[in-house]
Amino acid sequence: MSAPNKSYDPVEVEALKPETVARMRDEALAAIAAAGDLTALHEAKVAHAGDRSPLALANREIGALPPHAKADAGKRVGGARGEVSRALKARQAELEAERDERVLVEEAVDVTLPYDRDPAGARHPLTTLMERIEDVFVAMGYEVAEGPEAESEWLNFDALNIAPDHPARTMQDTFFVESAGGGRDESGVVLRTHTSPVQVRSLLDREPPVYVICPGRVYRTDELDATHTPVFHQVELLAVDEGLTMADLKGTLDHMVQSLFGAGMRTRLRPNYFPFTEPSAEMDMECYVCRGASVGDPDRPCRTCSSEGWIELGGCGMVNPRVLTACGVDPERYSGFAFGFGIERMLMFRHNVEDMRDMVEGDVRFTRPFGMEI
Amino acid sequence: MRVPLSWLREYVDLPAGQTGRDVQARLIDAGLEVETVEQHGAGLKGPLVVGEVLAIEELTGFRKPIRYCQVDVGGANGTGEPQNIVCGARNFQVGDSVVVVLPGAVLPGDFAIAARKTYGKVSEGMICSAAELGMSEDHAGIIVLPPGHRPGTDAIALLELADEVLDIAVTPDRGYCLSLRGVARETATAYGVPLRDPALLDVAPPNAHGHPVEVADQAGCDRFTARTVTGLDPLAQSPVWLTRRLQKAGMRPVSLAVDITNYVMLELGQPLHAYDRARLDGPIGVRRAAPGEKLTTLDGVRRTLDPEDLVITDRRGPIGLAGVMGGAETEITGAAAGGEPGEPGEAGAPGEETGGTTEVVVEAAHFDPVTVARTARRHRLSSEASRRFERGVDPEAAAAAAQRAVDLLVLLAGGSAGAGVTEVAVAAAPRTLTIPADHPDRVAGVGYGRATVVRRLQDVGCEVTGQDELTVTPPSWRPDLTDPNDLAEEVIRLEGYGNLPSTLPRPPAGRGLTGRQRLHRRVGRALAGAGCTEVLSYPFLGEAALDQLGLDADDPRRSLVRLVNPLADTEPALRTTLLPGLLAALRRNHGRGEHDLALFETGLVFRPAGAGRPGARLPVDRRPTDEELAALTGALPEQPRHAAAVFCGLRRPGGWWGEGQPVSWADAVEAGRRTAREAGIEPVVRQARYAPWHPGRCAALYTAVDGEERLLGHAGELHPRVVKALGLPERTCALELDLDLLERAGGGLPQAPGISAFPVATQDVALVVDASVPAAEVTAALRSGAGDLLESLRLFDVFTGEQLGAGRRSLAYALRFRAPDRTLTAEEITAARDGAVAAAAERTGAVLRGG
Repeated sequence: MSAPNKSYDPVEVEALKPETVARMRDEALAAIAAAGDLTALHEAKVAHAGDRSPLALANREIGALPPHAKADAGKRVGGARGEVSRALKARQAELEAERDERVLVEEAVDVTLPYDRDPAGARHPLTTLMERIEDVFVAMGYEVAEGPEAESEWLNFDALNIAPDHPARTMQDTFFVESAGGGRDESGVVLRTHTSPVQVRSLLDREPPVYVICPGRVYRTDELDATHTPVFHQVELLAVDEGLTMADLKGTLDHMVQSLFGAGMRTRLRPNYFPFTEPSAEMDMECYVCRGASVGDPDRPCRTCSSEGWIELGGCGMVNPRVLTACGVDPERYSGFAFGFGIERMLMFRHNVEDMRDMVEGDVRFTRPFGMEI
Repeated sequence: MRVPLSWLREYVDLPAGQTGRDVQARLIDAGLEVETVEQHGAGLKGPLVVGEVLAIEELTGFRKPIRYCQVDVGGANGTGEPQNIVCGARNFQVGDSVVVVLPGAVLPGDFAIAARKTYGKVSEGMICSAAELGMSEDHAGIIVLPPGHRPGTDAIALLELADEVLDIAVTPDRGYCLSLRGVARETATAYGVPLRDPALLDVAPPNAHGHPVEVADQAGCDRFTARTVTGLDPLAQSPVWLTRRLQKAGMRPVSLAVDITNYVMLELGQPLHAYDRARLDGPIGVRRAAPGEKLTTLDGVRRTLDPEDLVITDRRGPIGLAGVMGGAETEITGAAAGGEPGEPGEAGAPGEETGGTTEVVVEAAHFDPVTVARTARRHRLSSEASRRFERGVDPEAAAAAAQRAVDLLVLLAGGSAGAGVTEVAVAAAPRTLTIPADHPDRVAGVGYGRATVVRRLQDVGCEVTGQDELTVTPPSWRPDLTDPNDLAEEVIRLEGYGNLPSTLPRPPAGRGLTGRQRLHRRVGRALAGAGCTEVLSYPFLGEAALDQLGLDADDPRRSLVRLVNPLADTEPALRTTLLPGLLAALRRNHGRGEHDLALFETGLVFRPAGAGRPGARLPVDRRPTDEELAALTGALPEQPRHAAAVFCGLRRPGGWWGEGQPVSWADAVEAGRRTAREAGIEPVVRQARYAPWHPGRCAALYTAVDGEERLLGHAGELHPRVVKALGLPERTCALELDLDLLERAGGGLPQAPGISAFPVATQDVALVVDASVPAAEVTAALRSGAGDLLESLRLFDVFTGEQLGAGRRSLAYALRFRAPDRTLTAEEITAARDGAVAAAAERTGAVLRGG
């Protein structure tokens, strides 16, 4: 820093006079305010806040002032420059916002345009419904067991206490497979009529306790119509352990129905007869739509349960000890329960499918709404 | 089994006010499947009365003959004067008792009756047919009542028109419920009231004077009672109460003798047969049929008998199929034709005009259920009798049933009971079983206690002795009670399934889905995620489908597993490929107006097993040995799971964003890659020729399984001939893979790569190669030559043009290099790139374009 010039007369420096500084400041602020766009603002910035702007030049004069005058002038000029700088900044922000708004408005599109460029696929609801049921039981500790669809007659019938003369074992009900020689004699192979042979396989393969769920495709010689199909799907459950009771069967059924249809859903067992279970029962669930309110009320008919209040699910019971014996499980030590039901029927009442043929024909319009999971 | 409530009340005192619905609920709880409760006479309002026809005037000049009748309706019309009624039926004459509905009445179907003018006369009401009153389907003429009913009698009560009928689907184990006696027993137990057992009646003891019976096959027939009734009035008619009960139970009245046998069968469950004694020649016999023997059954069918069939004979030969249907030769005849119990509608032509049957032999026998079932099935002849024998008839009720029939024939047909009572009975030890007294408790998970268990077993008719171990003798009508759990079921059902508690067992900790199951789910999701819609088609196909696919004569897919009894003769076998079903679904969708399609299916295909049929039928009283099981499953067809997809039309539709993108072979191949990737596999793709694909647009996908390269399947565009033969949209593409193989090939756990944060260096190279060189080979060569610094490599352009020369093409690749520990120098990058190009040059003859 140079030595102060004590003889210097501040009055002589025109540019530092208060009124001059005030004028320069006012001119700058006016120019900034008048700038209509970012270009004009830039010009105003160069002119009034740039290196060669009057205020910048005035600022340089301060150094030559005597010490007592420096502070005063510095304060004056600095204040003015600060004001200009703030005004610039504010105007800059203002103009940028204006510009942005304008540009983004110009860039606007019609976001309601459809963009169906990648058509969605879907999984078949029978598949996903079976998976949903599997998941309920897997969460309880069950395993999912599978088996072949062309199955040994012994596994499909005999081991399940279905005697050779049982009506189910006629060609009116069961598809028989020709023997390898091509002859029409019995090959001992059928298209499984239920997934129960998978239960038998599970018992033959594992030591109890056995807790399995057997989903799969099964076959019966029905003609296809709105409520029948020769190829359909079942889920069957088998639990074999020490001390299992019908109460356990009921509790397991309750849990499944509540998992699939909502808390509080009730179930009902009605005595019935199956060769492979004893005691046997028919399983019903409360109609999840009307909850029984449609019964006897012609003004509120329920399509789902035909105003019966109950929906038939399938069959169940305690595994017939004869089945355990045929599978090498000691019926004195172990007991078990089993149930099974048709997935097509459940899909019909759970999702309002009116015609079973819709599940068979593969029409994409039917399947698409079901997506990936149900 | 149809059970009129009014009839049921004869054996059970139901509490007052109990409706059919109430009884239905109780019986359902007890295990009888009461499907419906029919309301008979609902909406019916009198006056409906008995009338006597006083005069008939035949009206002519109308399209059909019409009768104008004067009918005495007693005081029912308020005047006592004859009622004038126009009637179109002709099956009555002056003096007949008929049923008349008078003005003001309402018939079923909301049919209000009023006096009205018709055929030029005023008709003051109507003479009714059975159908009009909802009694049966019989529209043939009006009801003519048997004599003895006074004009003016209320016909609603007389005909028991107001009633409820329970329709019960009887399960195979409850044959005894194919009778009023059995249903009444269940009803009495359900209400806790006593049963009036209709089988408890005075039965004449057997003697040696009855019609001779010779049972040669006691395994097939362990009980045979024969009774004789003489002096029957062939003109005697069934009383109204009898015909009405038969009608409500679903049987058509035929003639008095037949009606009585049917009635007793419904009442006691014992099928009966009545033979015209005059047409019987010698003793009645029971034996198996001789080979080639013939019998004309009551339905008029001449049948060739099987040596396993049990037959009833007389001196001339078979006169009936035991327990199934009688023969025409010995049929009883009366005012109307006779018929086998249960088959009144099948009675065939009316019997010869012999003046009608006046002497009958009544048969009440017990036949082996399996024999009857086989015969009924063999001859496709299911009758009311065979249904009952198959399910088990109470052998101890035979004599009572015969007695009941005799009593009714005496009472209603004016006959005399013959003194002779023939009874052939094979002595059988009573069946007993022992169970721990708490066995039902352990099955149910409920503490019933011994007293309850014993009481419930007694309710079903068992004799029970013992304390902790119960010795139980089931009643003769319950042949199904053979095992301890059968007894447990009786106790539990009578105590109410509805009273079972709900508990959850505690399975051991599970392992979740298997890898295979998770893979199947992933594949389904991946294909659906790629825009494909799942189809589940039937696995049936015929040779024609394989011809359409253009398979060679020796293609393994022509080796089919066939069905003995297919639904359609055109599709007698099981699929060896998923494509026919999937392509049919594609065509169906296309036909319904969906033209841009992507479908997939996963499912089993079937290949014949070499092993042939297993040996003898395996036992069920023990676990088969491992060898036996291996033989059993070895005889099964191979059933690998496949995945397939088909595509047609646009893979991506066009729109405001630009052109649509048609399906191509590459979509099918990519679907195959996607599927394989779900198993953690990047398949090797090679050019292939394989039906039904386009020979130039078919890819084979390979992968290593257990260290050996295996074919996973094929993908690409279908052969144009196949497209044409199947009527598919042009350029339809398809994929089919073996999912089981894919699962076996599945990679282990994915390993995390090292991620370098140093800069990437990108190098593009364009290589000119002979057009016959597959891109995959060039890619593989570049990769091998690029060294460890290569991070990724991508083919981004394929170019052909004159400047390259004929049969040449340019493949442009982007190579990205990166080191884990440093920024690569220009020299390092160039060296890596040159190495890659040199390898490609060496292995594929590639020339660096512009290089």
